[in-house]
Amino acid sequence: MLNKTGVATLDLIKSRFPSKEQMLQPKAVTECYEEIPCNPCSTSCPFDAITIGEDINTPPKVDFDKCTGCGICVYNCPGLAIFTIQEIENHLIYKIPYEFLPYPNPGDLWQGVNRFGDVICNVLIQKVTISKRQDKTALIQVLVDKEFELEFVTIRRPNE
Amino acid sequence: MRIEKHPILDFENKTKIAFKYNGVDVYGFTGDTIASALHALGIRKLSSSIKKKRPRGFYCAIGNCASCNMIVNDVPNVRTCITELKENMIVLEQTNKGELL
Amino acid sequence: MKHYELVIIGGGPAGLSAAKLAAESGLSSVIIERDFKLGGQLVKQTHMFFGSEKQYAKTRGINIAKILIDDCLKFPDLIEIRKETMVVGIYADKVITVLKNDVYEKISFDALIIATGASEKFLAFENNDLPGIYGAGAVQTLMNVHGVLPGQNVVMVGSGNIGLIVSYQLLQAGVNVLKVLEAGPTIGGYKVHASKLKRLGVDILTSHSIKRANGTEKLESIIYSELDSNWEYIPGTEKEIEVDALCISVGLSPLATLLSMVGCDMKYVSKLGGLVPVINEHHETSIDYIYVAGDVCGVEEASSAIVEGYLTGLIVANKLGYKHPDFENKQMDFLNQLTNLRSGPFGKATRDGLRELRDQYAE
Repeated sequence: MLNKTGVATLDLIKSRFPSKEQMLQPKAVTECYEEIPCNPCSTSCPFDAITIGEDINTPPKVDFDKCTGCGICVYNCPGLAIFTIQEIENHLIYKIPYEFLPYPNPGDLWQGVNRFGDVICNVLIQKVTISKRQDKTALIQVLVDKEFELEFVTIRRPNE
Repeated sequence: MRIEKHPILDFENKTKIAFKYNGVDVYGFTGDTIASALHALGIRKLSSSIKKKRPRGFYCAIGNCASCNMIVNDVPNVRTCITELKENMIVLEQTNKGELL
Repeated sequence: MKHYELVIIGGGPAGLSAAKLAAESGLSSVIIERDFKLGGQLVKQTHMFFGSEKQYAKTRGINIAKILIDDCLKFPDLIEIRKETMVVGIYADKVITVLKNDVYEKISFDALIIATGASEKFLAFENNDLPGIYGAGAVQTLMNVHGVLPGQNVVMVGSGNIGLIVSYQLLQAGVNVLKVLEAGPTIGGYKVHASKLKRLGVDILTSHSIKRANGTEKLESIIYSELDSNWEYIPGTEKEIEVDALCISVGLSPLATLLSMVGCDMKYVSKLGGLVPVINEHHETSIDYIYVAGDVCGVEEASSAIVEGYLTGLIVANKLGYKHPDFENKQMDFLNQLTNLRSGPFGKATRDGLRELRDQYAE
């Protein structure tokens, strides 16, 4: 499926998710399933939580005990394939990479989109972070309803 | 059709450069090639093929395919996609192999 | 006639990297670039690069270009740069001829590194010469270098990395990417690129290709069709869609004409992109003192071009009597980097192509 459509199967997605307990703190989900020569997620993690190793074609593996969900890997991933997720009181908080203008504003209600590009819900923009070291990849914190945990992946401006 | 705001790049601080295209006064900006300036003005056809007069625009944009050849300041076969736009250039469509004399 | 110890043809990632290592070894060189700026295809790459830190992973291509150029500018006494200068001839008695502003000049050299890169392939379909049909690289140049929109509604043909990346860049510029058409049964490039597009609402159609372009003075619409497992159009599956720009991203071919001119042994290796020079492990062609680096000797990625440039600059300098103080370690490091970059499934075509090429070479 991934090879034909660019959409990962549910099993693949689940294999990268932290457990329910681990998710009470923010954790990085690395949706990088292929062997490609790349390792910035691993080298940029200040907590050594992502392992790739000598052969940089190895897909990344996250040690959820070390991962703090800081989001540094999210804006360093050249494939924009990483986001962080945290569960708080029956809601989910995601931090996703975003490279389009204009950025949303905190407090905005935008559309939540799944991996197929379909709108599945409304989401609340909580924070928009862009700093020099992020090199033009903004980090957007989004509040999403719990039922969309395995579906939500990015945001879309309403009426687009 | 110029990009105003871009999430990665900055396209500000450009000065206008006046030039002539098929006799008409037009302009581009610093950093443009002749072809990109024409493209921004909505011009797609840059010349015609020699035998069948089919419209030609550019294809590769790095000077390899010769689809973008035009006459610039009386010189034919100028690859407009890699030629920097300069003030007062006179640019004409080319519909033949070019006359050098 | 002006003489240089080392002439480097091409100021892209391979050429710049070669000049840097040559300079570090104490060898002076001249970079001859036909464009009015250096950086090759890096100057339009707005995305973050893959690879490892040594190849500037996570740095945007445009910034890698700046780094490589700055690295060369650090050696003003050793690296001369000639822009808007086109190499028009190359001769076996170690002479090249160049043209700049209608002035023709002959230059002799001790060693030559040809780093001329590669160019977009073309695709055969009806009316493929209409204005509005561009190579994907051309669209990148328009958008990312000149800030000009190629169109408003675009279809991309080809789902290799370039097709996928340029589609994303089109979206960033505010252009609608209506479809990505991939003739093969699977997406060609990295799936992370494809996933990005898919969640942004782009329709990626495998086993589909363009059949015909329509328009009188310029492109107005295209007809695309599904393909069967024999790559034949399936009758009755044609669909028409209105577009004002079509991007063709079906691969690159090495720009190897200078090599053919001087008589280097060449071989057609489709896995390397087409006609490539036969080379030994030092990137030396069949003609003494003529070396190659980058896409011209096999189409890969900029990361490989950079490392090949470093390696070739190092080796050529040594050959001319300028041994880098850290020669053995550097050579080993560069070779390991190349092996690493090529070791995964995406490097298989390159590995197979290089093997095919080496089988041809007789010591």
